[in-house]
Amino acid sequence: MSLSYYPGCTLKTKAKNAEDSAIAAMAALGVEMVELPRWNCCGTVYSFAGDEELHQLAPVRNLIRVKETGSQKVATICSFCYNTLKRAHLLVTANADKLETLNRFMEEEIDYEGDVEVVHLLEVLRDDIGWDAIKEKVQVPLTGLKVASYYGCTLLRPEEIAIDDVEMPTVMDDLMRAIGADAVSFPYATECCGSYQIVSNPDYVIQRSWDILSSALRRKAEVIVLSCPLCDANLGQKQAELKHRYAQFTEVPTLYFTQLLALALGLDPEVCRFDLNYVDPRPLLESKGLLRQ
Amino acid sequence: MRTQLSTDIIHSDFVKKVEEISGQTLLSCYQCGKCSAGCPMCFAMDLLPNQIIRLAQLGQDQDIAKANTIWICASCITCSVRCPRGVDLARVMEALRLITMRKNVDHVQIPDIPKETIGELPQLAMVGGFRKLTA
Amino acid sequence: MERIGVFVCHCKLMASIDTQRVVDAISQTPGVAHVAAHEDLCLAPGMERMKEAISEHKLDGVVVTSCSPVLHDAVVRDAITSAGLEPHQMELVDVRSHNGVQEITEKAIESIEKAIEQLKEHRPLVQTRVPITKKVLVIGGGIAGIRTSLDIADGGYPVILVERTHSIGGHMIQYSETFPTLDCPQCIETPLMTDTGQHPNITILAHSEIEEVSGRVGEFKVKVRRKAAYVDWDKCNGCLMCTEKCPPRVLSEYNRDLDLPKRQAHRRAIWVPHAQAVPMRPIIDKEHCLHFTKGKCGVCQDTCPNKAIDFDQQDSFVDIEVGAIVVATGFELMPKSHIKEYDLDPDILEGIEFERILCPAGPTAGKVIRPSDGKEPQTVVFVSCCGSRDPEHGVPYCSRVCCMYLVKMALLYKHVVHHGQAFIFYIDIRTTGKGYEEFVQRAVEEDGVLYIRGKVSRIFRDGDKLKIWGSDTLSGKRIDMDADLVVLGMAMLPAPGAQEIADKLGIELDQNGFMTELHPKLRPLETSVPGIYLAGTCQGPKDIQDSVAQGGGAASKVLALFAQDEVILEEAATG
Repeated sequence: MSLSYYPGCTLKTKAKNAEDSAIAAMAALGVEMVELPRWNCCGTVYSFAGDEELHQLAPVRNLIRVKETGSQKVATICSFCYNTLKRAHLLVTANADKLETLNRFMEEEIDYEGDVEVVHLLEVLRDDIGWDAIKEKVQVPLTGLKVASYYGCTLLRPEEIAIDDVEMPTVMDDLMRAIGADAVSFPYATECCGSYQIVSNPDYVIQRSWDILSSALRRKAEVIVLSCPLCDANLGQKQAELKHRYAQFTEVPTLYFTQLLALALGLDPEVCRFDLNYVDPRPLLESKGLLRQ
Repeated sequence: MRTQLSTDIIHSDFVKKVEEISGQTLLSCYQCGKCSAGCPMCFAMDLLPNQIIRLAQLGQDQDIAKANTIWICASCITCSVRCPRGVDLARVMEALRLITMRKNVDHVQIPDIPKETIGELPQLAMVGGFRKLTA
Repeated sequence: MERIGVFVCHCKLMASIDTQRVVDAISQTPGVAHVAAHEDLCLAPGMERMKEAISEHKLDGVVVTSCSPVLHDAVVRDAITSAGLEPHQMELVDVRSHNGVQEITEKAIESIEKAIEQLKEHRPLVQTRVPITKKVLVIGGGIAGIRTSLDIADGGYPVILVERTHSIGGHMIQYSETFPTLDCPQCIETPLMTDTGQHPNITILAHSEIEEVSGRVGEFKVKVRRKAAYVDWDKCNGCLMCTEKCPPRVLSEYNRDLDLPKRQAHRRAIWVPHAQAVPMRPIIDKEHCLHFTKGKCGVCQDTCPNKAIDFDQQDSFVDIEVGAIVVATGFELMPKSHIKEYDLDPDILEGIEFERILCPAGPTAGKVIRPSDGKEPQTVVFVSCCGSRDPEHGVPYCSRVCCMYLVKMALLYKHVVHHGQAFIFYIDIRTTGKGYEEFVQRAVEEDGVLYIRGKVSRIFRDGDKLKIWGSDTLSGKRIDMDADLVVLGMAMLPAPGAQEIADKLGIELDQNGFMTELHPKLRPLETSVPGIYLAGTCQGPKDIQDSVAQGGGAASKVLALFAQDEVILEEAATG
């Protein structure tokens, strides 16, 4: 099976660990992720204004690229890209006048007609492959690893794009259970990390990071899995600062769900690119006997 | 302190603009405060989200401009999802930001961001931050 | 009909209609012999002038424009029949509209022309005289059903009271104390329950459901399913010795499935809900009884002095014929799981669960404890409007009673736990009944209940405590607090099975699933089916006094019906 895949800018640089592990894991599951040719930045964050068609150009152009490949579906790994592309698609399919404006403006492109389905990789794993099929292919069950799944905002809000229940999602936890890990639930799983406020108010993001991570620690989580490079940076990058500010803070590695998936499928840990993680998870994984060669 | 209110003030261009850009009927809000109760960034806000929409209902654009609320908002959409009246408050916050930014006012001054920070941050943060907080 | 008279009402309600234009347009219509506009047509002088016109112009049919046809039907019918016409020789036209003058006038003309054509097609009504079987069926044995049964029975007529559970009493008997008098419902309702059980005119069919309904007012035919109790209630004398020996411990529906640390709220597989059940007869819960699930035990059978246990009992049916039916099927609360931002937790309760804990006759004998660890909570947080007034995630309406019962429970909690503190998160405080406002002020001033104005966005457990994220819009503060126990004011919904009952009876449900009354203001107890009446919360959220009042009201409707010997039904003749 082949799947059209939209990476987005960050996955090519800061979040290369997400991309590499995802492509390898999906290949092991029999899915070839085919990168979209000539893709452009998705134009995150989705514009909420009712009169800013210009901001919808970037995401819609990507959907046109998908059409050009003859594919009807495109998957993303980055939650923010998922959210932006999906919301843009829903906006133009609900508003024929906006769609027409965009199509006419992009006169050198073919028309977008609302004919592309945007999905997130977690949906593909749950709906197209299935937990049982994944369980069967697990070579290194992540036994004894206590994993807290952090969903953040963009996979679940607003409700029209939610890949699972808005208040009580389980898809990432289900994946963790399928690969043998101990899924730990915690009350801050869908609480916002502070998002782009890292640019203008980094101190507030540190505060949010403490709230979220300490909640996971109180539930005895050992690692956090997530799907968004911004959540990863916000939760992963300032842990040294947190250790300095809060005596009871202990480091907790943040990982992409695809990294743990790749590891559990028995792939070479090199392909998971743990070297790019903000908090190196390898000592912990080693101590759990999960870094076999 | 005393605040003047009148029909003109509550039907001002400001109020009309907020409703136009956000596509929301401000008076649907019955000030239950659930948005503020669930807001992840409210610990850093001068005025709570429910107070901002109340001030918008009352046409008090100056009070809204003096507060930092709309600039601290992280667009997490928790408020919109939990609002019992279906008010998309995230869109109202965006409309309020745009009313300022469309006067060519940036909230974040890009030259002021240290080089190391730019090196550290994922592009996603910058693209998103500049989209939401600059003209 | 060749000489039709059209009477156009002109009153404040119809002010936006250009009456002269209507009169001019209609006077051109073929078949119309007379058109006139009248001020306040529905009042006596207006009706008199219409009768005079019928005589003077020898009219053989009448079209009348009005506001509400339902409310004016009888008045116009009486007027034309006293002027010598037949009941079928009339047609009412509702000309209300929200549009502008031009549009409403044109619409009125169009509607009147249509009515004229329809009137021409009318055939004489056929009168059927239906003898009334002077017996009533009351569906639902809660306080409304009990009141209506007692009033009709006292009026001298037999009542069959069908109740789904195995004791009458409804939800009221589960409460600790009722507002605002703080009466104990076990004390005030049980005498009524006993009266109902002992009244010579009342037959209670408990543990029974309505299977089928056919017929019409005066002669409804109803099949009632008497569900198998696996106990022969004729042989049983209510000694309850069987319940003492039964091994399984099961969560009790009467105690809202409360799981307390010492299983105080559990019941047995053979059980009665409480010590004052009417009828005092147990049933066996097949799903938990060891005889049914494992082929073992039978201790109840061995213990029973009257050999009343009958494991082979089957459902049976009773056919009854009644002249009228009163529906009093009551309510249920929205499940807590509906609000997902509030975690499911043993210490997060809905109102009736906390009532059972507070109740002196309840599983803890009125000792206030947390279900999780049995400890006494020092901080209890009450949350209003859980699901109510929430068109996005719940129901759009206000459930009317929660403001009062939450503050009542806060006050009762304080009376038991003197150093405890109660907080109530609210958006409005609705205290419309007698003594209600004073009750709230007393709770605030004398018992220190603190009201915080704002909805709660999130409740989750953190160790020993429940974390609450709320806000106080009055002071502009985002509130964080820890609670030992949380009580949610969940929305009031119609009791499950309302749709099925409505379908069987041929009555309607409104957009919120409550049973629809014939007219919301003036005919709140009648349905669109003659002979079927409503009482209590099945018609909409309300408190006990209003349920009782409606029970009495529905009884009066039945007694009025039974004061006659036959019902005259008019139906259009076929062909």
